[in-house]
Amino acid sequence: MNNAAQLAISVSGLRKSFGDKTVLDGIDLNVPQGTIFSLLGANGAGKTTTVKILSTLIAANGGRAEVAGHDVASDPDSVRAAIGVTGQFSAVDNLLTGEENLRMMADLNHLSKKDRKRRTADLLERFDLTEAARKPASTYSGGMRRRLDLAMTLVGNPRVIFLDEPTTGLDPRSRRGVWQIVRELVADGVTIFLTTQYLEEADELADRIAVLEDGRLVAEGTAEQLKRRIPGGHVLLQFSEPSGFQTAQRVLGQDAHSDGDALALRVPNDGSLHSLKALLDRLDHESIDVDTLSVHTPDLDDVFLALTGDSDNEKVIDR
Amino acid sequence: MNAAATTHPLRDSTTMVRRNLKRMVRYPSMTVQLIAMPILLLLLFVYVFGGTLGAGVGGPSGGRAEYINYMVPAILLITIATTVQGTAVSVAMDMTDGIIARFRTMNIARVSVLTGHVIGSLIQAFLSMAVVIGVALLIGFEPRASFGGWLALVGVLAAVAFALVWLTVAIGQTSQSVEAASSLPMPLMFLPFLGSGFVPTDSMPGGLRWFAEYQPFTPIMESIRALLMDNPVGDDLWIALTWCAGIALLGYVWAKKLYNRKT
Ligand SMILES: Nc1ncnc2c1ncn2[C@@H]1O[C@H](COP(=O)(O)OP(=O)(O)OP(=O)(O)O)[C@@H](O)[C@H]1O
Ligand SMILES: [Mg+2]
Repeated sequence: MNNAAQLAISVSGLRKSFGDKTVLDGIDLNVPQGTIFSLLGANGAGKTTTVKILSTLIAANGGRAEVAGHDVASDPDSVRAAIGVTGQFSAVDNLLTGEENLRMMADLNHLSKKDRKRRTADLLERFDLTEAARKPASTYSGGMRRRLDLAMTLVGNPRVIFLDEPTTGLDPRSRRGVWQIVRELVADGVTIFLTTQYLEEADELADRIAVLEDGRLVAEGTAEQLKRRIPGGHVLLQFSEPSGFQTAQRVLGQDAHSDGDALALRVPNDGSLHSLKALLDRLDHESIDVDTLSVHTPDLDDVFLALTGDSDNEKVIDR
Repeated sequence: MNAAATTHPLRDSTTMVRRNLKRMVRYPSMTVQLIAMPILLLLLFVYVFGGTLGAGVGGPSGGRAEYINYMVPAILLITIATTVQGTAVSVAMDMTDGIIARFRTMNIARVSVLTGHVIGSLIQAFLSMAVVIGVALLIGFEPRASFGGWLALVGVLAAVAFALVWLTVAIGQTSQSVEAASSLPMPLMFLPFLGSGFVPTDSMPGGLRWFAEYQPFTPIMESIRALLMDNPVGDDLWIALTWCAGIALLGYVWAKKLYNRKT
């Protein structure tokens, strides 16, 4: 992975500010070819700004960024020839039909007439737009427009694709359809740079995830690595009798925290069979009567809440 | 520059022109509105004011027949002004639709997005002017231009339209909304009135008269009038063409700068 030729995106020390406001304050990231990289961050964290810089729309104030082996600042045309971008807000020609939009993209990608016809028909089919192909895009639903937007991005067979919140506003079925297409693209060796608000989406798709907060990447790794970083896993024990509750509290001591007013204890636990058995053995040994037991493993929501934002979530980290 | 990044300005511009013409067809209410305005003004001035104003423009016969020959150049400029108003709206729609952002991330000849608008609008301007001249002929317009005169006329009108279209391609990019874009080129509509478009400038009071004589539309309208009526054009033609070249250059540089900005 040290080999620069293998990296589809390579960024170091990237900085951007708008007036006094620093949005990106030194970002480093590397995305190997043929993988999916997901950038998470709260609203206004700078995800779209990052995508705009990497896709040559705006210039950074500092640092270096290479996409598909070309510097975004000094050789933007070569970058543009290699990338496809689906921005956060739709970029279709509303007065043209879906088919005309795709044909225009084919022409701008200099496809031959024959290829243009085939590619347009393929994409309409693949994105379930064949029926609406002859209707102006202005009459499309939000989801259809989103799909058309994505289809337009794929016309030129880009090697690196930026998707800025590609499934925002899509229903669960369409969202899974997009995921499927993303997986197929990656199987063909395409690199995907994805921003999303849906942590499930990052969990589902991304090889690596980075969390953007206050202009820096505060965490980076696989979904598993990120989940391990926060002590979110626990077992929730619910008691029916105060006596059982008190005994358990005494036995488990430091480990257990009462959960609100209810007769419930929250015991940190990684959810593995071994550690669960150990906990159950301790309870059994003291003949403590447990009403219900539930295992909570951390999901990316916990990671996100722990790593972004402040006061409210501090206790999650402290716990 | 490597092979992957070579551009095809001609092909890309053709694609963009086709796109803009399709948009005009798809959005006919706008085109109709843009042609209706100059035709209404033509009818208004010929039938309501023509009888009286015609007496003031001199000429052998005077009256309505003489007046229509006098004011057709102004109507042609108003036709160009309404067309470029459409250009500004169309450019602003592109900006707000976000499609320009898509074009900017593609390896297409950069200027083609703008030339698409410019050439599309020029075609529209000439179609509109043909309709307007057709209506004028129906209600008594009698041009006396020779064949060479008509050719020169097409050249002058093309120069004027070209200059104003580039200017509004820039203006369209600066406006924050489509509504704002539709009102920004409004002053262009008034310039023919504040010049020799509908009445000779010597009938105007001091300050206004000074402005009317030196503003760009006056030499342009004088040239068009001379060519239509087969009179000698004199210096007006060169002054008019110089103005057009200046405005075109300003519009082009400004529009390109706005398009290439990276903030
Ligand atoms: N052109 C601009 N001028 C001034 N400030 C800007 C500009 N573009 C973005 N910003 C600011 O930069 C910050 C980051 O914006 P950005 O759009 O990158 O956030 P984001 O992470 O994509 O948010 P969201 O999840 O809401 O899409 C915001 O505070 C925004 O106000
Ligand atoms: Mg965003």
